Amino acid sequence: MLSIKNLHARVEDKPILKGVTLDVPAGEVHAIMGPNGAGKSTLSYVLSGRGGYEVTEGSASLNGEDLLALEPNERAAKGLFLSFQYPLEIPGVPALTFIRTALNAQRRARGEDEIAAPAFLKLAKEKAAALKIDFEMLKRGLNVGFSGGEKKRMEIFQMSMLSPKFLILDETDSGLDIDALKIVSEGVNALRSPERGMLVITHYQRLLDYIKPDKVHVLAAGRIVASGGPELALQLEAEGYDKYVSVAA
Amino acid sequence: MTLSTALKTGDLTALPSRRDEDWRWTDLRGLLRVLPPAAPAHDGEIPAGPFADLASIETVFVNGRRMAGAETASGVVALRFVALAEKASQAANHALVVKPGETLVLLESHEGRAAGYVSDVTLDIAVGEGASVERIILVEDDAEAINVVTAEVDLAPGATYAQTVLTSGARRQRIETRINHPGAHAQVRLDGVYLLDGQRHADQTTVVTHAGVDGITSQLTKGMVADQARGVFQGRIVVSPGADQTDARMGHHALILSDRAEIDAKPELLIFADDVSCAHGNTIGALDDEAIFYARQRGIPETEAKAMLTVAFVGEVVERIEHEGARAIAAAWVARKLGSPT
Repeated sequence: MLSIKNLHARVEDKPILKGVTLDVPAGEVHAIMGPNGAGKSTLSYVLSGRGGYEVTEGSASLNGEDLLALEPNERAAKGLFLSFQYPLEIPGVPALTFIRTALNAQRRARGEDEIAAPAFLKLAKEKAAALKIDFEMLKRGLNVGFSGGEKKRMEIFQMSMLSPKFLILDETDSGLDIDALKIVSEGVNALRSPERGMLVITHYQRLLDYIKPDKVHVLAAGRIVASGGPELALQLEAEGYDKYVSVAA
Repeated sequence: MTLSTALKTGDLTALPSRRDEDWRWTDLRGLLRVLPPAAPAHDGEIPAGPFADLASIETVFVNGRRMAGAETASGVVALRFVALAEKASQAANHALVVKPGETLVLLESHEGRAAGYVSDVTLDIAVGEGASVERIILVEDDAEAINVVTAEVDLAPGATYAQTVLTSGARRQRIETRINHPGAHAQVRLDGVYLLDGQRHADQTTVVTHAGVDGITSQLTKGMVADQARGVFQGRIVVSPGADQTDARMGHHALILSDRAEIDAKPELLIFADDVSCAHGNTIGALDDEAIFYARQRGIPETEAKAMLTVAFVGEVVERIEHEGARAIAAAWVARKLGSPT
């Protein structure tokens, strides 16, 4: 599924990723933990194709497709979905319009027929009900005036509508209280499947109580410095990142 | 100093130039070295206008000549200025008197169906006591055309006047609206949308003079310029001595999508009265890169993402159009201009 080999990337002249190697097979959830400044968000942006990052070495592929050669929208059409740490507010574009535009653009890119309006609305109603989202909210500007928790729930709604093959959750727990965290985690867990991989990026172990990873990796100073099972997350929570920061430096 | 005087007299020195403060961003004198010949009369078919399905009455000017139309100024009326003669000049005058208590939806179109013409249109609109006018002005000029549209609007007490300009510009274009506002619970909404690319230019100039107490004016213009286009917004609100309790708001917000495009904006509030509530806001910026990336990450290609965000940006102005059919035509026009799916 997702295969990252010796990935190096920099912002302007500053190297951030210094040789990340990682494999996430289909059906597995991997967590990436690490201190601030380790390169966690950079990794998610490089994988999704945001501007301002230069890959200087290495590769990243999804199901054998070279991600780095594709535009961000082409990566999305191949099934990559990045859930933003801070989802954008887009005034004047109703959530439903935004998602239908995205879904149809993805389908066109894959050579599939566009989804007709009635079928789209039926699907949106089902998915909104499952996530306890008020359907009227979907007619308003995307995320405009939403709380942190509502925005994250809208991200989960978009995931369930677009049905991506691989999810990257970038600090999904930031800005959420415990109730919101539970709702969002339930939504993510409902999307776990043998065909889908996930990369959960987080600073705190707390999120992993709700989204249980198969593997945990520690990213420090631009490299994966340790990998293990879920117990590694608990160990980090107890001991902190200090020993990895010194190892990496 | 007007184009209409120059066309009437053949005197090029009558053209407004950048030496005139109110015309410094819309220089006609430097552009027009020779006045083109007057457009000939047209005796063929006239294609249907953009509001044909909405209007019950149509007043049509072709090549500056009035072809048809009743003197009605109530109900839904289409007012069309059609240019069908290439590299010719045309001038038209028209007056509308809306009787007290009447309601008029004026669907005005400027249809450039020839290349490189010079057009001047002067309108006088009188709105009677308690009467209501909504004027939608759809301006689709040729890229090489020069077009000046000037309207003088006189409002009686208690009248309502709402206006929305929709323009894609021309070689030089000016849509000027001057409103004599009596206060006295009369209400004005004065809006505009400009979407300019290539080397197009559009100037929206408004002057609202509040002469009496208790008047309301609300203005919102939004625009987008790409390539080497130039957008001009000049909004002046004058609150005369004694026009107390005036409530006037002016907003102009524009997007610049290219380094070589330009916006010139001059909001002016001239207040000579007490106890008034006046405000203006003027912003010029680019589309939000983060929002573009967010949309692309969800699968929307870059050009489509930009079009979607621009449609949303100007959509706020379109939403203020009260006549439902005109609002739908305006929304479709915006989507078509920006190449966005609706």
